[in-house]
Amino acid sequence: MMGNKLRHPLSKYLLEDRLPHSWCPGCGIGIALGSILRAIDKKVKEGAIDYNKLVLVTGIGCSARAAFYVRFDSAHTIHGRAIPFASGVKLANPSLTVLVFGGDGDIAGIGGNHLIHAARRNMDLLVFMITNFVYAMTGGQVAPTTPTGLYTTTTPKGNPERPLNAIKLVASQNPNYVARASATHPALIEQYTYKALNMEGFRFIEIISMCPEVFGRHIGFNDPVTLYKTLKSKSIVKDKPSLDESDYDWNHGWILGEYVLRRNPGYLTTLRRYEG
Amino acid sequence: MIPKVPLDKQIKKAVNGDEATAYAAKQSLVDVVAAYPITPQTIIVEKFSEFVANGEVYTEFVPVESEHSAMSAVIGAAAAGARAFTATASQGLALMLENLYIASALRLPLVLVVANRALSAPINIHCDHSDAMMMRDAGWVQIFAENTQEAYDTTIQAFKIAEDPEVQLPVAVNLDGFILSHTLEDIYMLPDEEVQKFLGGYRKPVKTYVDYLGKEVEVKLDPSNPISIGPLDLYDYYFEHKVPQAVAMEKVKEVVKRVNEEWFELSGRKYGDGVIDAWGVEDADVVVAVLGSTSGTVRYVAKELRKEGKKVGVLRIRLFRPFPFDEVRDLLKEVKVVGVMDRALSFGSFGPSFLEISTALQGIRNSPLMVNYIYGLGGRDVPPSHVKQVFNELEEIMKSGEVGKRLRFLGVRER
Repeated sequence: MMGNKLRHPLSKYLLEDRLPHSWCPGCGIGIALGSILRAIDKKVKEGAIDYNKLVLVTGIGCSARAAFYVRFDSAHTIHGRAIPFASGVKLANPSLTVLVFGGDGDIAGIGGNHLIHAARRNMDLLVFMITNFVYAMTGGQVAPTTPTGLYTTTTPKGNPERPLNAIKLVASQNPNYVARASATHPALIEQYTYKALNMEGFRFIEIISMCPEVFGRHIGFNDPVTLYKTLKSKSIVKDKPSLDESDYDWNHGWILGEYVLRRNPGYLTTLRRYEG
Repeated sequence: MIPKVPLDKQIKKAVNGDEATAYAAKQSLVDVVAAYPITPQTIIVEKFSEFVANGEVYTEFVPVESEHSAMSAVIGAAAAGARAFTATASQGLALMLENLYIASALRLPLVLVVANRALSAPINIHCDHSDAMMMRDAGWVQIFAENTQEAYDTTIQAFKIAEDPEVQLPVAVNLDGFILSHTLEDIYMLPDEEVQKFLGGYRKPVKTYVDYLGKEVEVKLDPSNPISIGPLDLYDYYFEHKVPQAVAMEKVKEVVKRVNEEWFELSGRKYGDGVIDAWGVEDADVVVAVLGSTSGTVRYVAKELRKEGKKVGVLRIRLFRPFPFDEVRDLLKEVKVVGVMDRALSFGSFGPSFLEISTALQGIRNSPLMVNYIYGLGGRDVPPSHVKQVFNELEEIMKSGEVGKRLRFLGVRER
């Protein structure tokens, strides 16, 4: 287009004609996607992954809109089914680097079963789960990850249920990589993604994120900055945290870090052995 | 006629279609609500969870992890004797589908509100009837509301219809996504006690004689009178258990009509004879048949055309399942041309209403000429000008006697 126009450093990875994106001002999904793309960019520049072999699969929800903006193959599938769709993609063409990007409601709620079984198989996928604690696209209803006691539009007197700890759940199936990052710590997202990109097997990165519009606003944060600062203050970075430390609640916050890191053979490697 | 509860004794409130059905469920003494958020239905459960939190209802509310679980939970609740309610749309309904068959086959009188929305792919959140038509063989009673007032009235009626001892089937109340679900309208609501009297209080499960217990018991899961529901049933008895579903369906029409009349006596509102809301059909040459909110637009255009002396009519199908074949046949047998507008398409065939109406008119001597218009998929707007085009084309068919293309797409770009 215009040769001397300033372009975004990640424009190689984004369909610029679809921008600006539909995420609300103050949303953390853009930060997460940006950090992931920076990690990808590094790997591509190093020649460790092939830009032409990237596939991004998403389900339904705010995060799932990412499939609409990236400049590589992407699929916007149905609610909760991004992981099985991605498994199919990877099995059909093992040379692809297959990423799944979705929200907590999508990945751990309605699609929770697929999350468990992909982790159990050590399926060669890198799954990012954006945890914003609510079903945001539908307007802020209680999600499986909503901390106990918090107000949402379907729990006007506070959430009576306990939140689902996806870190522990996924780790229980012994996949290769389980980490928790936060949109308040973009460098961590980039670092974890960079590490996980070239690994075999199932890799899961939970990214705590801010939804100022239908989470923050509803629990009394008048602006995105206060929510951002609050989430940041609740995020504690730790080197090699134990799984017991992965439980979270609103008062004590959550521990960011790499909970599981091992180098077991991925599903495709195992499968080949059985095919003899 | 002055209704039992005159308008000045009714509560006037500005609500959208979703809220209207939530208020209806609130007044209907529902024991259990299980739901999962999906646009454009979400407001229903949000509103209902507000009622729960405020202590305005004695309902157990469960925000489950998927629509499949939502339908499973209300099935369980209804099997235990509760009055249960849920709401969904589009993909949510698709995910419920296998359970929809369970609900009807177990003869559980659930009520489900569907805020009609297009099915993926590509993903779309706006109105069409492809979701409702997906469940048309699932054994549910399906009613389509035209406006917010009717969505309120119908949701209350739905409990009465579902729980009728002759029926005992689940009922789906359909309202057009966004067009009704999100549009504010002034409606009249009955006082709580009038609704509760109309429904006869809390749900009372029907009784049946159980041979091994040697007595009549309520059909519900109750440890003191144990029964088992839905166990394996092969070629020995499965067929015998399916036929009663068809028999129950045959009785629905009369119950819907009766409930429509009872509601009229109580509130002063009724919708045609309950199954069909016809306008100007008696002496019409040309009739357009349609479901849901578009009926208003079609009636508006028909009224304009009547002023020009054109003999046109509107046939709004309110009860889609069971389909009112006899009523449609009686109303349309003298008509010259019928245009059926469908907001869904059975790919490889025609629109669902067109197929039903064709069946209804089958075997009539000089039966009307028929054309099928597929319109409004994915929320595509249907302005009066498009409806006028339909009436014009139908008039041409009447004059020429030539039908031409039977399947037509209204308001779509041609390449």
